[in-house]
Amino acid sequence: MNTLRTQPTWLTAVISFAFLILGWQLLVTIGGYEKFILPGPLDVWQQLKIVVGDGRLLRHSLITISEIIPGLLIGCLVAAPLGYLLAKSPLAERLLSPYLIASQAIPIIAIAPLLTIWISSVYWSRVAVAALVVFFPILINMVVGLRSVPSELYELMHVLKADAGQIFRKLEFPAALPVFMAGLKIGATLAVIGALVGEFVQPQSRGLGFLLIMARQSFKTDLVFVILLTLATIALSLYGLVALLEKRVLRWKLQK
Amino acid sequence: MSSPFLTAVNISHTFHDLPVLENISLEIQSGGFVALVGPSGVGKSTLLRILAGLLRPSSGDIHMADGSRQEPIGLVFQRDNLMPWRTVAENVRLPLELMGVNGREANGRVQAMINLVGLVGFEQRYPAQLSGGMAQRVALARALVHEPLFLLLDEPFGALDALTRERMGLELLRIWEAMPVTVLLVTHSISEAVFLADEVLVMGSRRPNTERPATITHRIPTGLPRPRDLAMERTAVFQDCVTAVRAAIESGV
Repeated sequence: MNTLRTQPTWLTAVISFAFLILGWQLLVTIGGYEKFILPGPLDVWQQLKIVVGDGRLLRHSLITISEIIPGLLIGCLVAAPLGYLLAKSPLAERLLSPYLIASQAIPIIAIAPLLTIWISSVYWSRVAVAALVVFFPILINMVVGLRSVPSELYELMHVLKADAGQIFRKLEFPAALPVFMAGLKIGATLAVIGALVGEFVQPQSRGLGFLLIMARQSFKTDLVFVILLTLATIALSLYGLVALLEKRVLRWKLQK
Repeated sequence: MSSPFLTAVNISHTFHDLPVLENISLEIQSGGFVALVGPSGVGKSTLLRILAGLLRPSSGDIHMADGSRQEPIGLVFQRDNLMPWRTVAENVRLPLELMGVNGREANGRVQAMINLVGLVGFEQRYPAQLSGGMAQRVALARALVHEPLFLLLDEPFGALDALTRERMGLELLRIWEAMPVTVLLVTHSISEAVFLADEVLVMGSRRPNTERPATITHRIPTGLPRPRDLAMERTAVFQDCVTAVRAAIESGV
């Protein structure tokens, strides 16, 4: 869990970013590419100022974010109880896990059009795609988290005559929380992908996915870059928020 | 002699068609301290789990003194099994929370228990910040905070170094003498069993060349006076008892 937290200091981050921009500019200058094939950093910066200025970037970003967050929440709300059921009931696991695993073999881009047929609302069909992508890692982490509870702690709870509710509140929930939070971090970034896939399938006049399709069709490659950077920023912020939440609820992990 | 606290009659247990325990009968006196020894894999922990009510034996009966079957018991394992997300004080408080004892009374009992096991000043530490010996003391405090009538110890000092182990044994005796609790200790250390217990039960198989199914082959009273101190380990009574237990274990298998 420390591998992602051993960040370089802000200085090395700035230096590596500067080198990235420099390399990018060099590639454009030496290669002499057309702007619609590979725009330079300055072109992208100009385009960013335009779409920020006319409010388009914010408007479409807010729509995409409004699909990501409910998608993430719904994915969690469905996956967590189901994960609990699978971890606790061998029968449920035998019945359901073949389908759950098989469903993961089908790429989301193939399932998404089905969802748009079944869900008439453009907005909710996009949320559904995001929720579906989030679902599996949360489910798996919930199962793994609950399975990691030492059997001796269950025995301790039993000799202390704890009831099922107490076992959940005082043992299973806190014991599974670290692994669940790790799943939530993965889910947060996947929700961004899910919302975008949903928008690609239902590109009705709003969202960053719609903007991306428009930009590509009109060969505004610099705008494509702006949108990709925006998506990366959204994903990173969401990941950061979940990491912050994790730090708060798992404070005991930080004690040395 | 006081009345028996626990009586087990003809306990047999089969695990996946493999007979593990056979016709085990034993009696533990109220307030007594009994040790269970035997080679590893002989089924000591299985018997302990049966007596703890965690495992239903394939056949046989267990009688306990009036009402003690429903009472929460105390349980300590070889690994401390503390909850890493709870501080020392919160870990010790767990049994009281489960029983609905809260507020000032709970705080007082938790603090008294922490004093008793010598962990004053460590209340707000997390288990990851404790040494093995300290963590095992917390586990002992957690097992006793609700004043159980029955304390089951499954190789509680097995993961500790020899010196810590010796000191923990003495502390356990001190606590046991201060509380009306009946103790069953599972251990693989013969000298620990003789030093701590009134009676040592030896588990083994009556059949040649196999450990299964196991039964209690010998009951050896230690005959040492109380309170005990480490000097007793050099007495002839202690040495004879250790020799007798060792001979019993070797003859049993």
